[in-house]
Amino acid sequence: MPWISRGARVVTTRWPRRADQYADRFPATVSPTSAFASPEMAEVCPTGAIRVDDDQVRVDRGRCILCGRCVRHFPRHFRFTPGSEIARLARDALVVPELDKTDGAVRAVRDELSARTRALRRSVHIRHIDVGSDGADEWEVLALLNPIYDVHRLGIFFTASPRHADILLVTGVGTRGMREPLARTLDALPRPCVVIAAGTDAISGGLVHPTYATHGGIADLVPVDVWVPGSPPTPFSLLHGILLAIGRMSS
Amino acid sequence: MIGSHTTIETYDVLSWRKEICARVGAGRRFAGLFATVDDPVVRLSALVTADCDIDVLDTTVPLEVSQYPSLASVLPSAAWYEREIHDTTGLVPVGHPRLDPLVLPLPGDARRPMPGSKTPAPSVDLDESTIPPRVLGHGIFTIPHGPVRSGVFESVEYLVETPGEDIPYVGIRVYAKHRGIEKRFEGLTTQEGVLLAERVEGVASVAHALAFSHAVEKLADITPPPRAQYWRVILAELERIANHLDVAMKCADAAGLAVAVARFGYHKENILRLVGAVTGSRFGRGIVVPGGLAREIAVEPGELATRLTEIIGHVRADVELLMSTSSFLDRLRTTGPLDPTLARVHGALGPVGRASGLDDDARWFRPYDGYAKLPPLPAPSSAVGDALARLQMRWAEIWNAAELIRRAADVLEEIRSEVLCTDVADCGGRAVGWAEAPQGEVLYAVECEDGRIRRCKPRSASFHNLVLFHDVFRGDIFTDFPFIEASFGLSIAGAAG
Repeated sequence: MPWISRGARVVTTRWPRRADQYADRFPATVSPTSAFASPEMAEVCPTGAIRVDDDQVRVDRGRCILCGRCVRHFPRHFRFTPGSEIARLARDALVVPELDKTDGAVRAVRDELSARTRALRRSVHIRHIDVGSDGADEWEVLALLNPIYDVHRLGIFFTASPRHADILLVTGVGTRGMREPLARTLDALPRPCVVIAAGTDAISGGLVHPTYATHGGIADLVPVDVWVPGSPPTPFSLLHGILLAIGRMSS
Repeated sequence: MIGSHTTIETYDVLSWRKEICARVGAGRRFAGLFATVDDPVVRLSALVTADCDIDVLDTTVPLEVSQYPSLASVLPSAAWYEREIHDTTGLVPVGHPRLDPLVLPLPGDARRPMPGSKTPAPSVDLDESTIPPRVLGHGIFTIPHGPVRSGVFESVEYLVETPGEDIPYVGIRVYAKHRGIEKRFEGLTTQEGVLLAERVEGVASVAHALAFSHAVEKLADITPPPRAQYWRVILAELERIANHLDVAMKCADAAGLAVAVARFGYHKENILRLVGAVTGSRFGRGIVVPGGLAREIAVEPGELATRLTEIIGHVRADVELLMSTSSFLDRLRTTGPLDPTLARVHGALGPVGRASGLDDDARWFRPYDGYAKLPPLPAPSSAVGDALARLQMRWAEIWNAAELIRRAADVLEEIRSEVLCTDVADCGGRAVGWAEAPQGEVLYAVECEDGRIRRCKPRSASFHNLVLFHDVFRGDIFTDFPFIEASFGLSIAGAAG
């Protein structure tokens, strides 16, 4: 059996137990680098992710599609930020720099989620559902199973049946045609369960929303517990979101 | 080289239909059809290949008449296009063989999105009961696969009609995923539009950005600087390699070859990481813009070629092993055959068409960017047409892609100029741009007014090829389904719009 000789070398990351260079260095987000704010900054952003208020500029990572236009137009005020641990437990916590009020709110959410997922902590089954992605998100979700990420080592499994699933991993902008199938799938999950909005499209609709056939993300369709930004979210960010959901990592 | 403008001819409805058929009869390929609502008329635009170009043939139908003699009744490959137009505008092609809803099942009295119209489109509520069931024959029942499918897939519903084991007919329902993305282009600037184009079919972001940019570059009458042109070749070919490896992985998965799945998944990840190192995005997004490239490339061309050669060396060893694994080949051989005559009549695109005897490839027949200056390197077509031939075509394309990248990298080492982008002035008019995506030829028909998009019609290869699913299941059974689906390598996002 010649296949047996393949893959004798270990290529799998040790993350999160050990640091991973790729996870740490990949530019998965954009951040403002100074407090300097001007209204023109908001104008270069095609999705309204840049907010300028009270002389403070903020980037809403839940809207950012990482096109880099702000970095190009204002290189001294925005930059791509390395690091994959970008999933959050509250929608507001995706805004950087953080709004003052989010801290306490996130703590309450984390405690509730932690209590809910205690039984799932060591092994979870995930059901993925696409509700209007561009197709790239599915590649990144599927990448979690390749030998580099190999999420089985962490007790994370994908399942075909929603009845066996603990986590519903949702990609896509939320099309009107997928509203019903999404609701039915969530209904079929046993409780307790967790819903992850994977990607900027699922969080806010990204650049695709608004159209006659979309909802702006899935927040109005299902109760979301974890938010993973990215267009599409990278495998490390997705993994961070999953581990966050079951209380095995902090945000 | 891409011509400097797109030829647009206008006909009355009857001679329009005749002219399209005459051109197709003379060996041209029907490449697409779309509608633009321009109150009080609807303009129908057919896309037909020409020498090194794509021509646009227009006709108009008054909105109050809202019907015209169907093109599909004489040109079957127009069938899905007319169904899509009926969904979005309500226009009725009289004599259409089967005018079921395709992307938007709406009740008869619903307001439709009206692409091109300046009035905003109201949100739609889909009504599946508007799709009549098809089931024909004794003892036949239907099994719905989807829209939520078992595994990590894009949402699509295949309605398999079967007497038990054979698959006499597969119904294809893509509407659940319809995002109305065409309409979203309207009113955007061309610099925003290219970002949206990347999201029409996310696994072919670079090809879509290229096709859109080519259309805009025609309108603005500019040529990107040479450095950008060769980098575009490299990015497009890396995308091709990643997509073909994805197909290999899914074929191996269908055969239950866990090690092969892991190996090809590993290679694909390495290609995505290479794209990420070059562009900052694992899908090469935000880099191709009208005029050239948006930002500096982070990797030297020579270093990129070295890293790629190493990855391709590993791929080669695994391909040799896979293609000598008989339990795998047995599942692909004679599975999902696409008849060469049907492929030609339909104008099947990309590797699917090239594995069924066609040789059309936008890179060499209608060359753009660096492809126009590099010596042509087409993969030889095959007339076998089964899933195995399609996979073999993809291997050949991977090796050629690697060679093209090496050649482009060599040229880039010699280019001294630093310029990566030409300024694009606010432009107006209509033009068609194209690129050869991993799935096949992508077309963008773009209409601008003062630098803003008035109408944009992306035509993905996935949309054009997906209809062929109706014809490739003859003689095959349930367990062949994943092989056939994987060997087509299509994206539902691109097909559903």
